[in-house]
Amino acid sequence: MAAFGSFVLLIALALAAYNLFAGAVALRLIATGQPARISPERLADTARRAGIAGFVAVTGAAFALVWLVFANDFSIAYIAEHSNRALPAAYKFAALWSGQEGSLLLWAWLLGAYGFVLRLLHKTDVKLYAYAGTILAGVQVFFLTLVNFVAPPFSLLRGAIPDDGNGLNPLLQYPEMVIHPPMLYLGYVGFTVPFAFALGALMMRYPGEKWIKITRSWTLVTWLFLTMGIFLGMHWAYAVLGWGGYWGWDPVENASFMPWLTGTAFLHSVMMQERKGMMKSWNVWLIFSTFALSILGTLLTRGGLVSSVHAFAQSSIGNWFVAFLVIVLAVCIFTYVLQRSHLQSEQRLESLVSRESSFLFNNLVLLAACFVILWGTLFPILSEYVQGTKVTVGAPFYNRVAVPIGLFLLFLTGVGPLLPWRSTSLRAVRRNFVIPSIALWGTLIVCLVAGVKPWHDGSFDAGNFYALVAFGLSAGVFTAILSEYLRGANVIRKQTRRNLFSAMYLLIRRNTRRYGGYLIHIGVVIVVVGLAGSAFNRNSESELTLNSTMSVGPYTLKCVGFTQDSNLNYNSEYALLDVYRGGKKQFQMTPEKRVYLASQQPQTMVAIHSVPGWDLYVVYEGTNPDTGNPIIKAFLNPLVSWIWAGVIFIVLGTFVALTPNLAPATVALRVAAAQPSTAEAAVRGGD
Amino acid sequence: MQKRMSGSTWMKAAQALLLAVAVCFWTGAASDSARFNNLSHRLMCTCGCAQLLGECNHVGCTESGRERNELSAAIASGATDDQILGSFAAKYGVTALAAPPTKGFSLVAWVAPFAVFAAALLGTILLVRHWSLGRAAASAQAMTPEMVALREKIRRETEAGADGGV
Repeated sequence: MAAFGSFVLLIALALAAYNLFAGAVALRLIATGQPARISPERLADTARRAGIAGFVAVTGAAFALVWLVFANDFSIAYIAEHSNRALPAAYKFAALWSGQEGSLLLWAWLLGAYGFVLRLLHKTDVKLYAYAGTILAGVQVFFLTLVNFVAPPFSLLRGAIPDDGNGLNPLLQYPEMVIHPPMLYLGYVGFTVPFAFALGALMMRYPGEKWIKITRSWTLVTWLFLTMGIFLGMHWAYAVLGWGGYWGWDPVENASFMPWLTGTAFLHSVMMQERKGMMKSWNVWLIFSTFALSILGTLLTRGGLVSSVHAFAQSSIGNWFVAFLVIVLAVCIFTYVLQRSHLQSEQRLESLVSRESSFLFNNLVLLAACFVILWGTLFPILSEYVQGTKVTVGAPFYNRVAVPIGLFLLFLTGVGPLLPWRSTSLRAVRRNFVIPSIALWGTLIVCLVAGVKPWHDGSFDAGNFYALVAFGLSAGVFTAILSEYLRGANVIRKQTRRNLFSAMYLLIRRNTRRYGGYLIHIGVVIVVVGLAGSAFNRNSESELTLNSTMSVGPYTLKCVGFTQDSNLNYNSEYALLDVYRGGKKQFQMTPEKRVYLASQQPQTMVAIHSVPGWDLYVVYEGTNPDTGNPIIKAFLNPLVSWIWAGVIFIVLGTFVALTPNLAPATVALRVAAAQPSTAEAAVRGGD
Repeated sequence: MQKRMSGSTWMKAAQALLLAVAVCFWTGAASDSARFNNLSHRLMCTCGCAQLLGECNHVGCTESGRERNELSAAIASGATDDQILGSFAAKYGVTALAAPPTKGFSLVAWVAPFAVFAAALLGTILLVRHWSLGRAAASAQAMTPEMVALREKIRRETEAGADGGV
């Protein structure tokens, strides 16, 4: 099976190379109109078919690796390193992306899958799809070169074959790790598709903005995958790393966040191009940057340039990514310089206070946030180069620099939708902003009265201050979005005499993109409220004897036992804690520490009890070596569940935005010429 | 004169309000536990776990417990925050600080994001002004009074409706 895997990988590389070469030649012949012995259209079609066959070949290689993992073939170095016999079946799948070679193969397979779908849909626009397919093949050649010659997953182990493998990294033995990396990769890899379309459209001087409409679903789906990947990673970090938080501004986290920021900027600014023919160059560079940041993220985390708790596969492969990144940027710059006349925009605005300018400011803030994160991630390297010492750029830096920018972005999230296109009048500003402003200031006052004050123990508390601002802004933004829904629904209600809920449903169906987007904004607001809750985290640590207690917030934890367990994969120690509130027993928690047999690495399994107001988060830190008693650390983390609830809104909003608009029904009515108002009312009703 | 007096009164009221807020924010010294919490989140655990000292929870970590004790002792000794951070940096290296120091080359880390953001903000405002002025000039040349009136009517009507679409 290993030989089969290696062979099909080589075949896949050959097919991708053919796709790239034949596709490029065919498109060149079509563009120049030169006569050729073979029809360029037929040549392009053979390239497309090679791309489809290439996906089948990479699928074969991925299947072969999974098969070998399940067969416990420890003659393969990758499997001996990343799996063992006792590993549960679900985690054997996770072994596919737990190491360098496997995750590169996953990247190539996902890229092949995206390409497969793209090539099947080629009839939408044969020429544009041919360009995009050829560019995808170029990217695929790079990844298949890596898995064939630089990091081959089917390499044989040198020396004696062990009876058992080293096992999967314990940090990866958690249910979310079976879906988090594929989601994240679907996001990273997926941005190759809009990149390919943008570059292809520029190369062929695609007329009009249709390519944006074609790629819109691709971009949204990719953005959704990346969003879900990021949040699943946050939840994994929260549930597994055991420090009570979910985001530590770690380089790997930053690497995933940067393309998300530029991708989000693209999704907003592309509307300017569709509606107003503006920002064409800007949009092209946004999507180029998003793809380049995906590659840069991989370089940062795999090339060993920065260290991270999330980086499970580091090597000297970074040089290859540097070379690829340079080639990508060179191709982008060359194409842009050659074709920039095609990107002449109208560049006209009527007012500084308008929807258009809010999009510009939104882009500015998103890119500023991206720059801050890139700067903070790379500064240790820069510092080492300039002054010989590597400084740490951790959470305090980002909290001071990125959080204010994030709050400004939240402010724009509320302001943007309230501004009409083109320009706005003072009357419209007054009408749209009064209620959100009241909600904002009302919330601030309520929070201050409730004790959310920006000072603590007599000194300024930045965390509380930001939380206060975040709560106020969130209330303002939420009210602004809700009033937009209600205003629109009321218009439809009056037109169609439906009830409010039915009118709201119809409103969303009529403009899924706009109202799906608003739903995503509501999700973001809910996430921000959840993040702001971290300013009020509390914790307590204690060594517990049998029947002793400890307190955190309103809860009292009573130790009713501590014991050990064992299975083929790991040994575990855990405590049984009865949780009391107001003197009444509420539930039991069992925080656990495992030691995995194959790797002999310890791992905490946090016990979490989540309610809308807070999470009770309990960590078994180990035993006191002198007394043998368990040491328990308990956290009370307010509003964490809001973060995960917000993600549900974001996902829902994206699905709504992907749904086609309900076309206004054109009802043929037999009406007398003297009664035009009936027909007019029917048409205005929409359906 | 009356207007100037009124402005002066407003100014004095604003100054008093600012002073009151400042007093609320900064009066009094922080307690030792608040300082410990603050400083332990400005220092890194030096065991290599890449976690903040206040959050390091490695089972059997050989560094965090000792460093937390050092931090507590330093706070109890009456040293200032800067002195404590400086002593940690001197003992464990500058990587023990969770954020770059605000002196020397490291100051660039703090200045650059704000400088870039300010420059980009200014650039965007100028760009929007330039584009909107260009539009105004073009409109003034091309539009008849009837067209201006029609556009105003359309604007009023589109503002009244909600389902404009994105």
